[in-house]
Amino acid sequence: MEELVNLFHGFAVVLQPYNIMLMIIGILLGVIIGVLPGLGGANGVAILLPLTFSMSPTSAIIMLSCIYWGALFGGAITSILFNIPGEPWSVATTFDGHPMARNGRAGEALTAAFTSSFVGALFAVIMITLLAPLVASFALRFGPAEKFSVFFLAFCSFIGMGKEPPAKTIAAMMIGFVMAAVGLDSITGNLRLTFGFTNLINGFDFLIAVIGLFGIGEILLTMEEGLSFQGRAAVINPTVVWRTWKELPRYWKTSLTSCLVGCWMGISPAGATPASFMSYGIAKRSSSNGEAFGTGQIEGVIAPETAAHAAGTSALLPMLALGVPGSPTAAVLLGGLMIWGLQPGPLLFVEQKEFVWGLIASMYLGNLMGLIIVLTCVPLFAAILKVPFSIIGPVILVFCAIGAYTVHNSTFDVALMLIFGILGYVMKKCDYPLAPLVLAIVLGDKAEEAFRQSMLASQGNLGVFFSNGLVGTIMTLGLAMLFWQPLQTVFARLRGQ
Amino acid sequence: MFRAAGLLMAIALTMGGGVPVWAAAWQPTRPVEFIVPAGTGGGADQMARVIQGIVTKHNLMPTAMVVINKAGGAGGEGFLDIKASRGNPHKLVITLSNLFTTPLATGIPVSWKDMTPVAMMALDEFVLWVNAEKPYKTAAEYVAAMKAAPPGQFKMGGTGSKQEDQIITVAMERLTGVKMTYIPYKGGGEVAVQLVGNHVDSTVNNPIEAVAQWRAGKLRPLCVFDKIVLPVTDKIAGDMAWSDIPTCESQGLNIQYLMLRGIFMPPGATKEQVQYYVDLLEKVRATPEWKQLMHDGAFNPTFMTGDHYAAWVDTEDNRHRDLMKEAGFLAGN
Repeated sequence: MEELVNLFHGFAVVLQPYNIMLMIIGILLGVIIGVLPGLGGANGVAILLPLTFSMSPTSAIIMLSCIYWGALFGGAITSILFNIPGEPWSVATTFDGHPMARNGRAGEALTAAFTSSFVGALFAVIMITLLAPLVASFALRFGPAEKFSVFFLAFCSFIGMGKEPPAKTIAAMMIGFVMAAVGLDSITGNLRLTFGFTNLINGFDFLIAVIGLFGIGEILLTMEEGLSFQGRAAVINPTVVWRTWKELPRYWKTSLTSCLVGCWMGISPAGATPASFMSYGIAKRSSSNGEAFGTGQIEGVIAPETAAHAAGTSALLPMLALGVPGSPTAAVLLGGLMIWGLQPGPLLFVEQKEFVWGLIASMYLGNLMGLIIVLTCVPLFAAILKVPFSIIGPVILVFCAIGAYTVHNSTFDVALMLIFGILGYVMKKCDYPLAPLVLAIVLGDKAEEAFRQSMLASQGNLGVFFSNGLVGTIMTLGLAMLFWQPLQTVFARLRGQ
Repeated sequence: MFRAAGLLMAIALTMGGGVPVWAAAWQPTRPVEFIVPAGTGGGADQMARVIQGIVTKHNLMPTAMVVINKAGGAGGEGFLDIKASRGNPHKLVITLSNLFTTPLATGIPVSWKDMTPVAMMALDEFVLWVNAEKPYKTAAEYVAAMKAAPPGQFKMGGTGSKQEDQIITVAMERLTGVKMTYIPYKGGGEVAVQLVGNHVDSTVNNPIEAVAQWRAGKLRPLCVFDKIVLPVTDKIAGDMAWSDIPTCESQGLNIQYLMLRGIFMPPGATKEQVQYYVDLLEKVRATPEWKQLMHDGAFNPTFMTGDHYAAWVDTEDNRHRDLMKEAGFLAGN
């Protein structure tokens, strides 16, 4: 009960007109940041952080966290309309979101994405409100072995998901692993695969790869197809929001699973990107029309968006309660807390009640306001597709280049982006899936690091991955996912006999 | 190509913008980039962002200050950027011990001599921490337990590989004759939480990285790796203050290690430019926000500039070369 009293106190803080104004500004800025590829939530928050130094900590965190929500919403827009993920966690949204746009259902896809984001965030906030202390102690149980098991599960839930032959999926994934290995080996502290080329000491940044593979690759493909874009024929109808909403409750099961996956990933803290991939994989397996995923199924948009938003929101909890950021944006916010004179950690909830509950209340209101703002813009966003590609194509190219440059302020990255673009084009032409490559670049080095930390701790004993109930269960789940298809065939054959 | 063009442009801009104030003392005419050669949320990043916050809040500079993280290659990315920005007075970098360790461990061609020293802002302390649930009350008890266990059983968690945390670990191993298993993590906050979750047995976190968990009663400090005890006497956890933590030397662990938190500029900076930033940092140091940070993080607030500072850095550079060599951490090993 005490939580609820605190929460209402928090609402009272947030509902001051000044704070509401900051909230709206934050959401609008966030959506813009989310739309621009490369300029992610973390960069956006870092750039705007200085603006908040003169504000009270509560007002500052309200504005910055609203930028974060806005970026989470905005990331979906370009993935659906142009197949260019504005944020890493929107990659999975492109799988079905973009085919929907191509089929003239951009409005529906956007509505589904925004609504699911809201549902995911709401679920996570309710969890934070009620279970904060419990959840924080759960996060403490994640050592290197547990972390590796989570990454393992993410990879396994992905294999055999696409229509491409598993061998091609694995080949793409392996290329990704090699790319993830470039740069500093964090366990030995030595440089790997840089060939003395100092531009490579940072490794291949995932954002550059995504902008190139998807963005530039997509532009090259569209050019080859004679600049046609089928989505243009779509009729934009303002009632599309209502029509889609009527359809959504049917997929409550997918939503709920995705919420749970998202919250878990956010706390553990693996982050929003694996959450979205994993949730897409699970939805494809469990859905009755899983076979049709990838052709423009609304469920394929709901699953990753719900999970990404649930993870993004719950990632703030370990930051507040433990001082460990669950996402890059949370890491920048953490820096902010220090400047405002707050010390994140177990005592923050006790000593800074107004701040913590003001933030939690702003999560409710910020997301609600974000939903209203982006939904009213759905017809507007969908109308962008009506602009001829010969105009919008070059604009996208420029934004991609700016995005790639912003990641590290380096012109080398822009060149790298173009190379990735050609790679993406060639892979698409040869029917190699891009998603496993991307997944491996994002999670490859983290998985490797967790694996090698576990091996150091256990002195080389693989049994550490089954040493307690938590890690054992996750590993078993992963193995089951990995051998799902062969197992299914075996079961089908047994049943047939 | 690009870099050369950018440099020319930067020089042109500086000269063009500098004309009206040529006669007066130098001051920045463009936003100043503040490079952090480490990830977001770490000790160096926090300090850089606090400085940025103070400069912005108190209007200490005519132009903006922008913090940019260049953490690639254990910070090598950031140092290379500074090295390549010769003559650009609108760039600063905050350094930690990786100024010495990264070039030695990775062979990245950069050294402090490629930069212009501006000022030492503080020295960061290292404390030996264990989980509060564990029975060890003193460093001596902890070392005794380490000696009783099979080699490699005790796990030390630390930030990065072949960096300051591992240097201290190796020093501990040499002194006690017990092999420990060193597990590198990405950041100091994560290391502290791994200790709270009992995934490692001890850490050598900086005070500011572990203070929140200490106050919450999750961690216990055993000793500080300095010649003298910490100066902050406010009660932090229960009736213990930073000043109540004994030195490691008094516990039979004769190891001292302090980490530089200092500011450098690109090579080729003029005297006026360096003086401008020294004055700026003096003003930063006078603010209550800075004093609060020094207090919260139990920093050693030594301030040094000019030749003193350069001499100090040179000594430390040589010391690290010896330490890294002894530990077998030099590139190519």
